[in-house]
Amino acid sequence: MESDHGRQSSDPPVSFSPDVVIAGFRAIPELLARDAALTARGRWLDVDCLLGPSTQPFHVAIRAGKIVDMAPAPVLMRSWRFAYRATPAAFAAYWQAMPAPGWHDLLALTKRGQATLEGDVHPFMAHLQYFKDLLALPRQNGFGGAS
Amino acid sequence: MNGFIEPIVGRYVHVEIEGETNRIYFEENGSGIPLVCLHTAGSDARQWRHLLVDEEFTKNFRVIAFDMPWHGKSNPPDSQYGHEYRLTTASYTETIRAFCKALKLDRPVVMGCSIGGRIVLNLAIEHAREFRALIGLESADFQQPWYDTAWLNRPDVHGGEVCAALVSGLIAPNGPEAPRHETLWGYKQGGPGIFKGDLYFYRVDGDLRGRIGAIDVNQCPLYLLTGEYDFSCTPEDTLRTAAGIPGAKATIMERLGHFPMSENPAQFRRYIAPVLQDILDKQNS
Repeated sequence: MESDHGRQSSDPPVSFSPDVVIAGFRAIPELLARDAALTARGRWLDVDCLLGPSTQPFHVAIRAGKIVDMAPAPVLMRSWRFAYRATPAAFAAYWQAMPAPGWHDLLALTKRGQATLEGDVHPFMAHLQYFKDLLALPRQNGFGGAS
Repeated sequence: MNGFIEPIVGRYVHVEIEGETNRIYFEENGSGIPLVCLHTAGSDARQWRHLLVDEEFTKNFRVIAFDMPWHGKSNPPDSQYGHEYRLTTASYTETIRAFCKALKLDRPVVMGCSIGGRIVLNLAIEHAREFRALIGLESADFQQPWYDTAWLNRPDVHGGEVCAALVSGLIAPNGPEAPRHETLWGYKQGGPGIFKGDLYFYRVDGDLRGRIGAIDVNQCPLYLLTGEYDFSCTPEDTLRTAAGIPGAKATIMERLGHFPMSENPAQFRRYIAPVLQDILDKQNS
């Protein structure tokens, strides 16, 4: 075999502070509120889900595409329909202006074992691009050097 | 420029596949070595439109891209309406060979992407003498599944939206916006269950592990090129496959994902140009 290699990703691809990742996640409701197109795309979506860093996930209540409540877990006896949780390293990598290969998509992260998707995933799949873009909002907000 | 007409010509050819006449839509441009291009699962031949108008390539290659039956402007065969579509290694191989035979192509080059990249490996295993060279983009003998294809065709999830959203992550970040949207548009337009039916070949029927050792690149040169952002057919999958085929040429393409020819045509051109030149040089030597 002859081969020409491109760039290779490393594990984990970026250095990060867990507190900064959690702060980045806390900013998502405000970033969504400023994104009319993404909110409109979720206009048929009502769901209570568990999202965020595996070390500190959040109960997120979405109504008509808007986040109406977000509370750090655990909340006593609060249920959720599905959960998407990723390691802080995975979110830090996902939010880079140019994420490394294999760290650039929610399902790339599940494939590489850096994230888990659990529960009744119907709302997640029916609104997949919404959730991909929702959880990417910190990237556009300047996390990891994005502008 | 208003009024500009592209040099691509689209026509229909009647092709007998599995005992039934299929009306196959194809587009072509250029003259010289026939270069048949295979689209990805769940999409159609529009993915190749940039290659089809490349002034340099079309001086030496007759570039041809066809819509597989059930895809794009190639309708399902008349007898198959109402039946579940499932692509298999055998039906895919027969379709490509029948199309090339119907157009009377003399030892064409075949370039396929994704499922097209997989099937060129089978062409290399079983029918190498019929082809001048084979090019597999996002090609491997096998790759690990990363989602359940049952989500692709069910009445309570929009098929076009979920197909496009799933593959959106296979496009490299920060590429040109319009080609990204156009690539996803192809997925939004696929017929119900067609992407899923293509993946039957990819996931279930087309596992070529243990068979690629039969490939002889002296009979037919084989080139494998994979985008670094393809997490479905990963660079590691392609390099592993190439390692099992003495003489196969493998290249990992930077800033590209699973749809190199449509997601970022200019970046793809940097990688495919030397491959086509190599084929041309072999022809002329």
